[in-house]
Amino acid sequence: MTPRFTVGAPVNVRRGNPPGHIRTPYYIRGKSGTVERICGEFRNPEELAYGRSGEPKQVLYRVRFNLKDVWADYRGPMSDTIDVELYEHWLEPSP
Amino acid sequence: MGGLQAGPVERVEHDYQLWEKRVDALMVLLSRKRRFTVDELRKGIESLPGDAYDRLTYYERWISSITSALIHRGTITIDDLRAKLADIERRPDGPKAGAP
Repeated sequence: MTPRFTVGAPVNVRRGNPPGHIRTPYYIRGKSGTVERICGEFRNPEELAYGRSGEPKQVLYRVRFNLKDVWADYRGPMSDTIDVELYEHWLEPSP
Repeated sequence: MGGLQAGPVERVEHDYQLWEKRVDALMVLLSRKRRFTVDELRKGIESLPGDAYDRLTYYERWISSITSALIHRGTITIDDLRAKLADIERRPDGPKAGAP
């Protein structure tokens, strides 16, 4: 599977709220970040959670966000970041 | 959890009880034999009603999730489970009826 996004690409996290076991933290949905690395491809945990095969595998990315963009009232250093591992189907290209 | 206030984290080590180690071992065994995944474990825990989630201890949540999933998958039946629980209660060192 060819990764859709390259390292350094700006991405948005989808705002979905599907039921089930979702690895994308609620607080990061709808936020914008940058691809920090491509972690590889793994069986889809949202499918594995229901005892299914998890195929096709999904590319997993580590995406870096500025904390001031994640938390509206963030009072720490403006340079602080958080890395979140997100599956490709949760990401969209940032315009 | 989930953005709720939970107070400070207790930074103390504690020993695991034998049954807790067994639940952990069961999880390892089921994963290795491809009967179960950690994602199913997590989904089962996240599906617990809020009051059950709060009331159960860490490994009680695990065994609750594992049990539900194995019944769903047909690996064990409710009758298997009931028979085994009755068997354990009959043991001399087993839990007394009505005990938690």
